[in-house]
Amino acid sequence: MSDPIIKIQNMNKWFGDFQVLKNINLEVEANKKIVVCGPSGSGKSTLIRCINRLEEHQEGDIIVDGNELSEKTKDIEKIRAEVGMVFQQFNLFPHLSILDNCTLAPIWVKKMPKKDAQELALDQLKKVQIDDQANKFPGQLSGGQQQRCAIARALCMQPKIMLFDEPTSALDPEMIKEVLDAMVNLAKGGMTMIVVTHEMGFAKEVADEVIFMDEGMIIERADTKEFFANPKSDRTKLFLSQIL
Amino acid sequence: MIQTINFLKPNRDNIKNYSIIGTFLVLVSLIDVISNAFLKINLTSFLPGSLTTLFPLIIGLIGLNMMRIDYSGNKKLDLLNKNINTNNFNALLTLLILFSIIKALPQSLSWMIFDATISGDSKDACTGTGACWTYIKVWFRRFMYGMYPNEFHWRINTAFILVIALGFVGYFMKDNLKKYLALYYVIIYPVIAYLVIYYLISGGSFGLQWVETGAWGGLSLTFIVSFFCLIFCFPLGMIFALGRRSNLPAIKYISICYIEFWRGVPLITVLFMSSVMFPMFLPEDFFMDKLVRVIIAITLFEAAYCAEVIRGGLQSLPRGQYDAAKSLGMGYWKMHIFVILPQALKLVIPGIANTFLALVKDTPLIFVVGLAELAGMLALAKTNPKWLGFAMEGYIFASIIFWIICYAMSKYSYNLEAKYKTER
Repeated sequence: MSDPIIKIQNMNKWFGDFQVLKNINLEVEANKKIVVCGPSGSGKSTLIRCINRLEEHQEGDIIVDGNELSEKTKDIEKIRAEVGMVFQQFNLFPHLSILDNCTLAPIWVKKMPKKDAQELALDQLKKVQIDDQANKFPGQLSGGQQQRCAIARALCMQPKIMLFDEPTSALDPEMIKEVLDAMVNLAKGGMTMIVVTHEMGFAKEVADEVIFMDEGMIIERADTKEFFANPKSDRTKLFLSQIL
Repeated sequence: MIQTINFLKPNRDNIKNYSIIGTFLVLVSLIDVISNAFLKINLTSFLPGSLTTLFPLIIGLIGLNMMRIDYSGNKKLDLLNKNINTNNFNALLTLLILFSIIKALPQSLSWMIFDATISGDSKDACTGTGACWTYIKVWFRRFMYGMYPNEFHWRINTAFILVIALGFVGYFMKDNLKKYLALYYVIIYPVIAYLVIYYLISGGSFGLQWVETGAWGGLSLTFIVSFFCLIFCFPLGMIFALGRRSNLPAIKYISICYIEFWRGVPLITVLFMSSVMFPMFLPEDFFMDKLVRVIIAITLFEAAYCAEVIRGGLQSLPRGQYDAAKSLGMGYWKMHIFVILPQALKLVIPGIANTFLALVKDTPLIFVVGLAELAGMLALAKTNPKWLGFAMEGYIFASIIFWIICYAMSKYSYNLEAKYKTER
């Protein structure tokens, strides 16, 4: 068993008086695909936002690729550059073309020459099949295309870990498939992925493990087959019966 | 009975009769007013007193009422009804405005143009009843250049042409220099412009005679003050806008104090302070020109307004933009320069244009510290014993000039808006 790339120990987080995450312990090994599911408000999104420190945790340790995340962490940008993230609302930069969206961070954060960055970006856009839209602006694309562009943008930073925060929740049913296909391809390429989603079909197809969260706690963590075949806790059973 | 009611209610069936009669009645009312205003003929003098004056209004209203047919099928009629003839009240307002303009036109035209004087070069030339544009003609150089010596006016013109030309440099920059564009406009350009204006207009070296700033004035001073205040207050406002949203308490509260202080004091007291109080606090041998002090004062003042406008833009951006930029590994400055500010500044173009227009129109206030720009020169000229009684001409002239400047600026801001418009 190799060293875990993400290690969370006894992590607690509050929003004001409200405790969103309670005593989270989680280890993720490189190249594993983890799906996090659970009812809304259970802290799934907050958990993965803590992994690249878009949210700050108050207690416990989070170690990403050997770097501990805390107030003292100086080069938080370096860690974030290695952790790609895809959001529910795509969050493309509307004032930049699709290509510029993808090359902005490689050029200015990784100091990559412009030409190399554009080649890389076109390559990544090709993988999600929107390289023909490279010169359009985000507002001119459909939701599914925008989300695929967001995936390509994150991949252009060549991250070690990819976080997906409900990537298909804001999409029409028709467009969900094209985004999921892109994610399946990415998973086959061996990327370490943590995906918050309600798409159980995707979980069954891709995930190595499934985590079920409720009320800020990890209720259950199991291999995918085990999780769907023999859920242990009652709450998991209830959740699965509702969602499947 | 029913037929008579139908007759009074225009509809699509009797549209032809009604629109013709209606148009005819409106035309009659217009002809009456026009002949009254321009030819001084009262066509309706056979009517009793008050009815004569109200006649065109009543006839016009009836006419418009008859023309008011919903979905008439006639595009022009529909357009008219939709815009100025939706109901009787709107029709009344339309007629009143139209009639007032027609009534006012002959007098103002004859005052401004037909009876006006422009020949001659003293007050004696103005014997007519109209405007005395001679006054503007004689004082024109003063209004443009203030008390600046006549033989050196070319220095001001050259300086302005140079400064404007330097402003266009950005358009012709090569692509590989484009990334220094902001640096150029925020730091290099103002410094060069300052040097140009200092050496050319102030003089004192290169064989140019020194002209003290007290002699500067007129429209050229308006331009100088507005120019420097505009280019300095914008970046300063941006810094305070970012500062007010900073996570660092010291920076945040300094910004808040700054903004609230300057927004809380009237510009006129700031100008007084800058010219009267401020020098008292300076060491004896330290000299700062009054004009420079005034420009600094206005810049600091307007920067506070700019800051709040820009903060509005920053706040209207969704949090996701910040998240996305951070998740790509961008730090505070990269995030703001490449992602946040380009979007926020685009959103606040109308607000910034507003602030800038207000700034240009605030420049006449520097009169209180003895600097006479365009409006200030006007105030001086109208109290000149040789030229008493022509304030009206002066103010009309100044308002036209200010209107042209401000309209040009707002047009430019619309262009910028259109240029940077992207779909969200």
